Amino acid sequence: MLIEMTINNEVKKVRISNSDYLSETLRDNGYKSVKRGCDKSTCGACTVLVNDKPVLSCTFLSSRAEGQRITTLEGERDQALILGQYIIDEGGDQCGYCTPSLALTTIAMKRELKNPTEEEIIHYINGNLCRCSGYISQLKGIKKYMGVE
Amino acid sequence: MKIVNKAIAKRDGVKLVTGAPVYTDDLAPSESLIIKILRSKHHFAKIIDIDTSKAESLEGVECVLTYKDVPNKPITRAGQTYPEPSPQDWKILDEYVRFKGDEVAVIAASSEKIANKAMKLIKVDYEVLEPVLDYKTAVHEKALVHPEEDSFTHYEIGFEPEKNIAAKYYVEVGDYKKGFEESDVVLSREYNTQATHPGMMEPLTTYTYLDHFGRLVIVSATQIPFHVRRLVANSLDMPISNVRVIKPRIGGGFGCKQTAASEFFPALVTMKTGKPAKVFYTREEVFLSSTRRHPFNIKISVGATKDGVLKAFNVEALSDTGAYGEHAATVMEACAEKIMAFYKTDGYRFDGKAMYTNRVASGAFRGYGKTQGGFAVESILNELANEIGMDPTLLRSKNIIHQGDHLNLGTYHKYEDDITRQDSCELEYCLTRGKELIDWDKNYPSIKVSETKVRGVGMALSTQGSGVLNIDSGGATIKLNCDGFFTLLISATDMGTGCDTILSQMAAEILEVPLEQVNVYSADTDVTPYDDGSYASSSTYVTGTAVKKASEKVLSVLKEEVAILTETDTSDINYNEGVFSYNDKTMTLSELGFKLNNKQISVTESHICSKEAPPYKAGYALVDVDLETGKIDVVDFVGVIDCGTVINTNLATVQAQGGMLQGIGMTLFEDITHASNGDEMNKNFMTYKMPSRKDASTIRVEFADSYEPTGPFGAKSIGEIVINTAAPAIANAIFNATGIQFRELPITPEKVYKALKDKR
Repeated sequence: MLIEMTINNEVKKVRISNSDYLSETLRDNGYKSVKRGCDKSTCGACTVLVNDKPVLSCTFLSSRAEGQRITTLEGERDQALILGQYIIDEGGDQCGYCTPSLALTTIAMKRELKNPTEEEIIHYINGNLCRCSGYISQLKGIKKYMGVE
Repeated sequence: MKIVNKAIAKRDGVKLVTGAPVYTDDLAPSESLIIKILRSKHHFAKIIDIDTSKAESLEGVECVLTYKDVPNKPITRAGQTYPEPSPQDWKILDEYVRFKGDEVAVIAASSEKIANKAMKLIKVDYEVLEPVLDYKTAVHEKALVHPEEDSFTHYEIGFEPEKNIAAKYYVEVGDYKKGFEESDVVLSREYNTQATHPGMMEPLTTYTYLDHFGRLVIVSATQIPFHVRRLVANSLDMPISNVRVIKPRIGGGFGCKQTAASEFFPALVTMKTGKPAKVFYTREEVFLSSTRRHPFNIKISVGATKDGVLKAFNVEALSDTGAYGEHAATVMEACAEKIMAFYKTDGYRFDGKAMYTNRVASGAFRGYGKTQGGFAVESILNELANEIGMDPTLLRSKNIIHQGDHLNLGTYHKYEDDITRQDSCELEYCLTRGKELIDWDKNYPSIKVSETKVRGVGMALSTQGSGVLNIDSGGATIKLNCDGFFTLLISATDMGTGCDTILSQMAAEILEVPLEQVNVYSADTDVTPYDDGSYASSSTYVTGTAVKKASEKVLSVLKEEVAILTETDTSDINYNEGVFSYNDKTMTLSELGFKLNNKQISVTESHICSKEAPPYKAGYALVDVDLETGKIDVVDFVGVIDCGTVINTNLATVQAQGGMLQGIGMTLFEDITHASNGDEMNKNFMTYKMPSRKDASTIRVEFADSYEPTGPFGAKSIGEIVINTAAPAIANAIFNATGIQFRELPITPEKVYKALKDKR
């Protein structure tokens, strides 16, 4: 079936079948920042924003995206560059596979939470698994981006 | 130094954090056939018949391939220098399936959905065989994991499939018997380490196509492009010259991508159909059919005088290599070789056997045997310290080697003295500095935090390799281009480790140009020079030396070119930061680059690891034990590391933090457990618990001021050593808090709770 959704502020007609998940639909349409890590909503690598809220797209049926506003990291390039530089400066970008989803979640967090505590930050991004970094450097960079001590 | 030993940003960082399509699956052609693999539902069986006709007749199915369609040729999948020390015991598809998850048939279709649908239409008749599920008793089993007659080894590794033994490693060093005789105290203990999974975030994935010459091109998330080229060619019985392997950016590896796996199946399909093909493993497939850490059972004795002078060790080790023997011999050898090598003793004996079972194959994983063996050796030393009433840091201090001393390698190879002499060894500093950082004197052995919580402190030491002696080799090509920029071609495989960045830092430092003037590219077996790949902690020390050699040589070649162009004596040419000067005149690299348009300057240098220059580490853990629930919180973990000169302070620190957290995960909760029918219970991130952000405690990393004369800019390795010490140090801290010594990993709250209850 052909459905309509807004992807990164562009209205798009997308062909899907009724059992497709949004991660694959987006990747098939060229939004490669959406990664496949587990297919079970357990690693966070497929995070996209649906109406500004982080959603794990590997278990989100594409048909549910009809008429919704979808944002991938490709649509947040400016913020990704600002946040990314903080993470890079801390050496927190290792294999990079989890970083786009971490970046997108963090960008959403900044819009949603005002002056969060460290605990609230960790809680918000905890669904994003990283096997390389040990998390500490990423948290340092994210706190700088969030403007919190 | 201007570029080396600095916190330089990772060069691919901006592209990675903005989600650029750089990984294998991002680059695969959309018209690729999609491959799905039918996997065995039995631990052990012989395929009597496979009916693929219904699956093949489904619209959209390109082909369904079984063992009848492939060369009947055993190989190993292990990524190791040829001739590989692993048994040649695996076939692309085999009439035997040796674990639940082993490959039965390969389906290629126009979409994943059709391939999955076709999979259900394949009918397999199995003769179910009695499986071998326990490696500790496998040697006595009647059932044989490898009953076939065509498996073989390239040379003697103790391969005895008729006893389910994949490999053996036996060594005696010095006079261990005399050592035990002269000991006042002999302690014997048994330790067990579990299977853990590398858990890299990017699953195994590969795509393949035929190029315009009809050659097979394999694009894969691999740590070992050159080994993949050889292994795939051999498995398909085709000339190695007809295969090209390209490695794009890799999303983590930790050793899992040091064994070829996903490459074989699209390669097979492309060769059969002529069409591009792609496979992307599900996370469950990654868990159930890629390699993981060998579980180890270690019985160890240590002898010492009553005042803490170590005299001898005796180790009997068993490992579970699972259904195939990838890395079985070398993980055992790595365990034997170095876990006791930095202690002075009269001698030691190591007797190790790697056992076949009908389990998922084990393989390479960061630490590679030293993590497992180190748990046993460091734990028994902590137990010995307690036995003789000595502070474990003092016991270490009495027995460790120092700069100028020789490694006590557990090997039967005879090496020249200058190979084992330690020209850089700041282990004593690591020991002392870590003790200060963790505030040992205040916390040892434990302090009461509350009515229900006790805080214990613990420690351990470790080493690892910096590449494998006389085997690991790396290469580097440097080209000068017009406008004076350089291209650095390497086949070390940056999987997040940052070697693209640090190797180009080294080149830029020597060439005296800004980092941006050295473009780096890795890896393409048609283009980049031979390198074993990134494993065995070799990229900085081994490939780095090749980069250094190539950089120095290209500079001298360029001076000669300037001399020819300017009719000057080479000895009169000076070079400083991109400018050649001679007879009061100058020529910039840019000018030289354009002048040499008719003469490509390109230098390739290789380096083989020819010195034992291991890194050293002291690890200290401060843990809170909840006496009511058994919950353990690592409140502080300190690692002081001697990795020689740190090439990139940011990347080394973060790599160390990541490795240390991986070690904490292994110690406290990561585990692959089995149901009563032998099935694995941990197939996804819900059931296989890796540390999350909430589990990341304070992890502090410091580096010793150390310089290894044989390393590039004084560097040694860092990649693997960082995972070691967590398990023995945390176990020691728990002992110091509770008086209970855990000898089996992981140390879960359930086990702690039960032990506390039993103790009461």
